[in-house]
Amino acid sequence: MAVKIDMTKLTLGPILFHWPAQQKIDFYARIADEAAIDTVYLGEVICSKRSPFFDKHYADVTERLERGGKTVVFSTLAEVMLKRERNMMAGFCEEEDHLIEVNDTAGLFHLNGRPHMIGPLMNVYNEDTMRYLASKGATRFCLPPELPGPSVAVLCEHAKELGVSIEVQVFGRTSLALSARCYHARAHGRIKDNCQFVCEEDPDGMPLDTLTGQRFLAINGIQTLSHTYLNLLPELDALKSMGVDHFRLVPHTQDMVAVAQIYRDTLDVKTSADEAESKLASLDIPAPFANGFWHGLAGHQRVQ
Amino acid sequence: MTSPELVCPAGTPAALRTAVDAGADAVYCGFQNATNARNFPGLNFTVPELERSVAYAHAKGTKVLLAMNTYPPAGKQALWKDAIDTGIRLGVDAFIVADIGVAHYIATTYPDARLHLSVQAAASNPESIRYYCQEFGVKRVVLPRILTVPEIRNLAAEVPCEIETFIFGNHGLMVEGRCSLTNYITGLSTNLDGVCSPAAQVEYKRDNAGNLTTQLGEFTIDCFGCDETAGYPTICKGRYTTPAHDGGYYAFEEPISLNLSSLLPDLIGAGVHALKIEGRQRSRAYVKKVVSSFRKAVDDISSGRTAQLADLLALTEGQKETQGAFKSKTWR
Repeated sequence: MAVKIDMTKLTLGPILFHWPAQQKIDFYARIADEAAIDTVYLGEVICSKRSPFFDKHYADVTERLERGGKTVVFSTLAEVMLKRERNMMAGFCEEEDHLIEVNDTAGLFHLNGRPHMIGPLMNVYNEDTMRYLASKGATRFCLPPELPGPSVAVLCEHAKELGVSIEVQVFGRTSLALSARCYHARAHGRIKDNCQFVCEEDPDGMPLDTLTGQRFLAINGIQTLSHTYLNLLPELDALKSMGVDHFRLVPHTQDMVAVAQIYRDTLDVKTSADEAESKLASLDIPAPFANGFWHGLAGHQRVQ
Repeated sequence: MTSPELVCPAGTPAALRTAVDAGADAVYCGFQNATNARNFPGLNFTVPELERSVAYAHAKGTKVLLAMNTYPPAGKQALWKDAIDTGIRLGVDAFIVADIGVAHYIATTYPDARLHLSVQAAASNPESIRYYCQEFGVKRVVLPRILTVPEIRNLAAEVPCEIETFIFGNHGLMVEGRCSLTNYITGLSTNLDGVCSPAAQVEYKRDNAGNLTTQLGEFTIDCFGCDETAGYPTICKGRYTTPAHDGGYYAFEEPISLNLSSLLPDLIGAGVHALKIEGRQRSRAYVKKVVSSFRKAVDDISSGRTAQLADLLALTEGQKETQGAFKSKTWR
């Protein structure tokens, strides 16, 4: 019997929220030194106004992560409208030392066939789209979180044939919508151009509850996320056996080193899904877990 | 000044005939399934209905654009391909597409077919639009409702295709094609199933004091006092609370309609080739009123006269209207 080598990789998605530069630097230093993470995605995906705060730190953070044995990928903006954003996208795509994860089709235009990855904010829902993008240089696809398990299974079959890799988010709040309007600024009676970076006040998103007191959504500037935290620990075995080979954690202010270890141990079958689940629950996650999308149900639901 | 094409909604065969008779240059419609983004009960066309409708429209010189603007889930693409094959057989004038796989299928299987890029593709910058033109031969892009008129003018100068913009109707707040809020609450997806805040999961609950709560799935979208007019519980038009804001507020947008009638000359001057009226879910009376009013307005502007559009306000949602992102960046 051939020895089966476990090729599963744990990845850390880009920080979606507006954390102060020093907080990000400290966060990545700890990830570099301590976390059971294989690949780290860096870059401002949500708001171009936030970029200048961290631009000068990328080189150092990248070096630190690489010295810690991590692979670094740069993630692009997801919404490109203004001249400044178009220039950011063009500049990003000139990067030659690292792979790019594309989150807007403008990136595909600039990359023009060079190898790249497709981010979860791109709409890759089916095998024809995957095949086309793979023929133009895409090597890994992080699938949209709303895609149900059976569709992921079909895409995994095609991915094997195409020689590309599949990534799925398995932890953290789920991105649900993008807008041109900044809802953080709006909540504070401001507009996007005069936001004064109020989004910094909510490092895991601004809570939005219903008028009858239900916990509902989380706002992050132009992005709307789930209140619930995606948790696919119980589904990891199924994902692995379909051929998903990259498992993404979305960074939050909770102990991500501990989160990573729980997922790594579960992938390595060093811990049972039940045990992993209770360890995860003990980390003070400020919301219920959900996995509804995976099971073809409403995304906020949890199937036990 | 060249006259732009007036593109009008046709949710049913009757609405299609109404729009054609009221002066639409083109109508857009879809089949009764998940292949289009208005997959609502009671709407859309069977194959024989579309066949008769294409004949009716073409006899009067009106184009028929077939909305094929959802994203097929993996393993289920046959439904979309069948619909495209049928559209070709029936002689529709263009396909409105969002998915790369769908665009590629049409471009390679039917290289003479005309492709319009749906607003659902969320192409909001010249590079994205050029990508779709270059890869699939897209001839027209429907712009997301997030750009100002000056931004549209600049963009028009940089892309090798026609531009279509929305001018009237529902004003969704999220970037189209990038919203799964409905799926998060209901288990039905806007991108995959063509569904937004589905009526089957809406509930209206009145308490003893006469207050009305509207719900989608398990979640409260809004609460109305007896003196307020209750709106349909669309997620992005609901009222919510957050610690940073006093009391319930419209966190995304009020229930309001887009009305760009007063910006029409500017839009046409900016190089917009086609003006789109939203509302495939609307009544024939609505379609007749809106299409004939805009027909007259576009003709007036094209011949240098001042357009009269004041009475369109009465048709807008909750009698409130906005110019949305088009007028000023302060909307953002």
